[in-house]
Amino acid sequence: MSALPQTDNQTAGGRPARRLNLRDAGWLAAPAVLLLAAVLVYPLAIIVLRSFSEPEPGLQNYIWFFGSPVNRAVLQRTFVLSGWVTLASLICAYPYAYAMTVVGKNLRLILILCVLVPFWLSGVVRTLAWVILLQDSGVINSILRGLGLSPVKLIRTQLGVVIGMTQVLLPFMILPIYSVMKGIDTRLLQAARSLGAKPWRAFLQIYVPLSLPGVYAGAIIVFILSLGFYITPALLGGPRSTMLSSLVQNQVLSLLNWGRGGAMGVVLLVATFILLAIAAPLMRQKHTQTRREK
Amino acid sequence: MNATNRTPGASIDIRKASKRYGKFVALRDLDLSIRPGEFMTLLGPSGSGKTTTLNLIAGFTEVSSGSLEIGGKSVLGLPSHKRNIGVVFQHYALFPHMSVGRNVAYPLTLRGIGRAERDGKVRHALEMVKMADFAHRYPNELSGGQQQRVALARALVFDPPLLLMDEPLGALDKKLREWLQLEIKRIHRELGTTFVYVTHDQEEALVLSDRIAVFNGGQVEQIGNGRELYDHPATLFVGRFIGESTVLRGKADIVGGDTVVSIAGTKIVASGKISGHAAPVILLRPERAVLHRPGTGVVDGENRLSGIVEEAIYVGSGSKYDIRLKDGTTAVVRSPLGAPEFAIGDTAEIAFRPGDVTLLADDASADITLT
Ligand SMILES: Nc1ncnc2c1ncn2[C@@H]1O[C@H](COP(=O)(O)OP(=O)(O)OP(=O)(O)O)[C@@H](O)[C@H]1O
Ligand SMILES: [Mg+2]
Repeated sequence: MSALPQTDNQTAGGRPARRLNLRDAGWLAAPAVLLLAAVLVYPLAIIVLRSFSEPEPGLQNYIWFFGSPVNRAVLQRTFVLSGWVTLASLICAYPYAYAMTVVGKNLRLILILCVLVPFWLSGVVRTLAWVILLQDSGVINSILRGLGLSPVKLIRTQLGVVIGMTQVLLPFMILPIYSVMKGIDTRLLQAARSLGAKPWRAFLQIYVPLSLPGVYAGAIIVFILSLGFYITPALLGGPRSTMLSSLVQNQVLSLLNWGRGGAMGVVLLVATFILLAIAAPLMRQKHTQTRREK
Repeated sequence: MNATNRTPGASIDIRKASKRYGKFVALRDLDLSIRPGEFMTLLGPSGSGKTTTLNLIAGFTEVSSGSLEIGGKSVLGLPSHKRNIGVVFQHYALFPHMSVGRNVAYPLTLRGIGRAERDGKVRHALEMVKMADFAHRYPNELSGGQQQRVALARALVFDPPLLLMDEPLGALDKKLREWLQLEIKRIHRELGTTFVYVTHDQEEALVLSDRIAVFNGGQVEQIGNGRELYDHPATLFVGRFIGESTVLRGKADIVGGDTVVSIAGTKIVASGKISGHAAPVILLRPERAVLHRPGTGVVDGENRLSGIVEEAIYVGSGSKYDIRLKDGTTAVVRSPLGAPEFAIGDTAEIAFRPGDVTLLADDASADITLT
C-alpha cells in the first residue's frame, strides 16, 4: 500500500464548521423533558405504585392477573392480533410506499393525501365507518349477497378487528417505509443489472434489504400501538376478540380497581420493552452506523 | 482474473445510431467502432452524448434507430443483465448493505460460481486494485477513491470482455485522480479487456487512451490518438477542445496553392487550402510560435504578427504569454527556457512558419459549445 497517496485516507466531505456541543445544548430539550416528566413519568409512577399497593401492599394484583386463564388468554390474543395487524399493514403498506416513490409528482401528492386524510378524522369516526361497512347488513355483505355469495360474519369477529385496526394504523406503517425508500439510490439497481442480476433479483437482493430499516420502524410502531388499541377492538370486536385495553378499561372505569388495572398496564409495558429489546439489534444495521472516524 | 485464461476483449460497432428523447435528439447518426482490447475514451463537453452512448452499450437505454454490435453480435433488445459487461459509475454504486467482499462476490454469486472459486476470484480482484485488506469493511467506511477501486474490482471480477466507465474519477481530488489513472492503465494492460472510458477532462483522456473519440452535439467529430487529434484536428471544434490554441480569422485568398489570410492588416500565409466553401481559419498551437522583439530575428518566409503582451506567466518549463493582437484577438504563445523574456505591456512579434499552422473550416458553433 506504499504507493497510495496520502489523500486516500482523508474523509470525503467536510464536517460542519461549528456544531452545537451536546453538553451545552442539553437545555434545549428541557421543555420536552419537563412535559414528559409531568404527563408521562409521574402518572406512570403512580400507576406502578398503585399496582403494588392497592388494596394492600404486595403482589396480589399480579397473582390475580396471571392466575386467571381468561386474562392470560386475552394477553395472548392481544399479542397475536397485534401481530396479524402488523403483518396485514406491512403487506398493504410496502407496495403502496413503493408506488409513492416511482409515480409522478401529481399522483404522489394524491397518494400522500390518501395516507394523511385518515389522520385528520378521529379514530372513532373511522371505526364507525367500518361498523357500517362490516356489519351483517353492511356494504360488504350486501355486495357478497348481490354476487350470489353467502355473507360472512365480519363484525364482532377477530377478522373484523384486524381489518379495522389495519386501516387505522396503516399510515404509521406507510410513512416510515416511504421515508426510507425515498432515500434509496435506484441507480444501485442499474448497477446490479449490469453485474448480471435479473430485475426481480436486483429488487429482492438490493432494494428490499435497503428498505428494511423502514419496515422495522413501521412494524414496531404499528405493533406497539396495536397492543394498547382500545376504540377499534371495542366497537368492531365481540366477546371473543377482547383485547387487554378493554380489560383495563373495565377494571379502572367500571370496577374502580386501580390496582388490577395498573398491574395489567405494567404487564403490557414490560412486554413492550422486552419486544423492543429484541427488535433493537435488527434496526442497528451495519451500514446505517455512522462512518468510522480515522 | 489470471492472465492465462482471460476472455479476450470484445469489439464494438455502432452504426448510424440515434437516440431521441421526445423531440430532443441526444445522439445523431453516431458511428463508432472500437477494436478488441482497445482503451477508447469518449471525450466531449457536457451534454454531448457520452453517457447516452455508454448507456446504449450497457443496455440501460435502447437506440431509437441504428445498429449496435458487441463482439460481432447485435445486442439490440438484449437486457443489460444478459450483456456481461462491467460498468463503473461516477457515483461508485456499491451496495451499502454488503461488505466489500460481498460486493465483489455479488456478480459471481449471480453466476452460480462455487464458494472456493468465488473466494479466490474475489481475493484476486481486490489484490489487483490493492484493496485486499479491506474485504470486511462496509462501503461507508471507505474513502471515495477506495470505493471506486472496489467498484472497479466488482466490475472486473467476472472477467467481462468489455468494461465501461463513466467519469469514474470525476468526484476525486487531482492527486488521487492521477494515481488512479495510472492504476487503471496498468490494469488495462494486464487484462487486455476492451475499456470504454468517458471523461470531459482532456488531459485524462490523453494519459489513458489508445484512441479518443471527440463528441460534440450528439456526434463523433473525430477519432484518433492524442497526437493525431492535437496535430491534425479535423474540425475547428476538435482543434479548440484538445489542447490550447489560437484561432486567427480574416479575409482569405488562395495564392499559388497556399492560403493567405489578412489579419489586422498583416498577411499571414498558411500552407495548403481547405476543401469546401466554408471560410478558412488558422489554428496556431502555443509552442509552434516564437516571440521576438520588434524587428529582430527576422527569417525569410516566416509569418510575423505584432501585439502587446497582456499576460506573462512563468510555468517552470518556460513562460506562457497572452499577446493581444491589433484586431483584438488574444494569441497564446509558450516560450521555452532561455528564449527572450517579455514583461506585461511590451510589444512582441509572434513568428511562425506557414507549415506549422492548421487550416480549418470556420464553424461558429465551435466557440459556443466550448462555454
Ligand atoms: N432521460 C433523458 N431524457 C431527456 N433528455 C435526456 C435524457 N438523458 C439525457 N438527455 C439529454 O441528452 C443529452 C446528452 O446527455 P448525456 O448524458 O449523454 O451527456 P454527457 O455527454 O454524458 O454529458 P456530461 O459530461 O454532462 O455527463 C443531454 O442534452 C441531456 O440533457
Ligand atoms: Mg455524462
